[in-house]
Amino acid sequence: MTALPLTHFTATSCIGSGLAGTLDSLLERRSGLAPCAFETVRLETHIGQVPGVDDVRLPPELARFDSRNHRLALLGLSQDRFIEAVAGCAARWGRRRVGLFLGTSTSGMLETEIAYRRRGPGGALPSTLDYAATHNPYALVAFVGRVLGIEGPSAVTCTACSSSAKVFGSARRMIEAQLIDAAVVGGVDSLCLTTLYGFHSLQLTSRAPCRPFDAARDGISIGEAAAFALLERPSGAARPGQILFTGIGESSDAYHMSSPHPQGLGARAAMCQALESAGLAPRDIDYINLHGTGTPGNDSAEGRAVSGLFGPGVAASSTKGATGHTLGAAGALEAVFCALALRHGFAPGGLNTTRLDPEARFDYLCESRRQPLTRVLSNSFGFGGSNCSLVLQRAS
Amino acid sequence: MPPVALTAHIVGIGLAGPGLPDWSAAAPILAGERPYQPAPTVLPVIEALPPAERRRTGSTVRLALAVAQQALAEAAIDPTTLSTVFASSGADGALCHEICLTLASEERQISPTRFHNSVHNAAAGYWSIAMKARARSNALCAFDGSFAAGLLEAIAQVAVDGVPVLLAAYETAYPEPLHAKRPLPDAFGVALLLDPRPGAGAHARITVSLTDDAAEPMPQAPLEALRTGAPAARSLPLLRHLARAQSGAVVIDYLENLRMRIEVSACR
Repeated sequence: MTALPLTHFTATSCIGSGLAGTLDSLLERRSGLAPCAFETVRLETHIGQVPGVDDVRLPPELARFDSRNHRLALLGLSQDRFIEAVAGCAARWGRRRVGLFLGTSTSGMLETEIAYRRRGPGGALPSTLDYAATHNPYALVAFVGRVLGIEGPSAVTCTACSSSAKVFGSARRMIEAQLIDAAVVGGVDSLCLTTLYGFHSLQLTSRAPCRPFDAARDGISIGEAAAFALLERPSGAARPGQILFTGIGESSDAYHMSSPHPQGLGARAAMCQALESAGLAPRDIDYINLHGTGTPGNDSAEGRAVSGLFGPGVAASSTKGATGHTLGAAGALEAVFCALALRHGFAPGGLNTTRLDPEARFDYLCESRRQPLTRVLSNSFGFGGSNCSLVLQRAS
Repeated sequence: MPPVALTAHIVGIGLAGPGLPDWSAAAPILAGERPYQPAPTVLPVIEALPPAERRRTGSTVRLALAVAQQALAEAAIDPTTLSTVFASSGADGALCHEICLTLASEERQISPTRFHNSVHNAAAGYWSIAMKARARSNALCAFDGSFAAGLLEAIAQVAVDGVPVLLAAYETAYPEPLHAKRPLPDAFGVALLLDPRPGAGAHARITVSLTDDAAEPMPQAPLEALRTGAPAARSLPLLRHLARAQSGAVVIDYLENLRMRIEVSACR
């Protein structure tokens, strides 16, 4: 594929709103996970809640979009002068020439969950619930598009936890077809009862902060995040140090709705395709940001796929011990972590892993490692057996 | 780098909707050769799924798989390596309702199967299991414009990556009280099998672009009501051109400020 520069990017999660705080937390190995005290939820689990989301106020003209998901989206967009960067891009190319492809799993589902508690006589939902502007997945793009003032082709990708990695693929194809010259890609997913109680019902949440690739790992911690990147058609050769999106692989497990293929066949296929589309061999990858959710099955399948393809020497970690699993936002959030790792020359160490699973036959990092990185890979795998791997590079 | 024309050959069509049981029965109705008589949408059992999976699937997944299978049956394309795009305004509405009811109760114990079937990409997941399809699969939403968004995603894959792609767009109705907030009519689904190569059995070659022009209405009032009521039925003007084997341009709804122009060259 044609390498596409990430001309701007930002991330907001429980470890930081914006890049500066996020970078500090990654380098200093700070976790944002805390015991769950979200809304009316009574579950013994840890979550990665973003501070200050409730205090965000939407502009009056966008009041109908008010929801936790859009408050989090606006908080994320307001960091690192992202809105200004997109405005400049739209001025350069034209607002119709900038696409918008975002991932989410639950969008504004929380608003409907709360509305169901407030049903009136006869069971009707309160008049305040605006389905199209909050609950529907596309509400996210409708809202973000208005905030950014862009009007190109757009869609929301809803492939569960691979959603906001796969948006890079949709944007890449439309830029290559020259339907657009640039695209905002990203993901926003916020805490809601469906995911907290849903993953609990599947016995996939841990009581303790999640411990990816620990021998005694016992489930995920759910988080929330908003992460965005601006991809632009390259004008000439890449500047040294520029972060480039250079490869993507997408596959399906064809195995089970909520369990990965035990040998990680789908994961391996996605990683192989990503390398192939970047024109790289496994030995070229300096660091892998693993999907690494912390469930016994997921990490075991991914570990097999990684060690099988890359061998024992590859450096890898999961950052979900810091952020929790941010579901539909995880792909974009971890792509931004990879961009930071490339820009600042470090491989983030995973948190909470005290006794590494002996079956993790690769170089799992429990400490952050300062080293120049050139090519990194990021994995995102979801329900329905949906797999996506991204390759990001630092231009020399 | 010259622009890549967003062109594909339609080599298979699947359809299921109220009074439109499948593509072969619907084509003469859409072409205006037979009268349209509304009737409840009939959803077939998906034989391709293993019995355990078959029991777990709701009407939304059955609708998506039914139209996808219909389109696939027309062409000799191997489903195990075929890319798919599933586009819909929402996931399974009945499951969403049941989950919200449970979460509003004291118990809050959601069923694990209901939870994993409630994801937007449930149809994509079940298709992949049923067909042993291990290729790329996408699940998209663009509210009322989900069909056009899915078509754009699919045709970009065909044109840029040079692979065949199966597109399915579908919605089923929400039960009350959600129905009052999102009043979708009876189940409607459509599937198009798109191929970069011109095949002997192709229905038409299509090329898509973006436009400000207004979408073409359906000439028959009940079909026009269906077009504006069901998001996937925004495809009906295109299907009408295909049913009439008529070359020319057709405009369909896409986003709030953007429509899709489809240049149709009939091959039959």
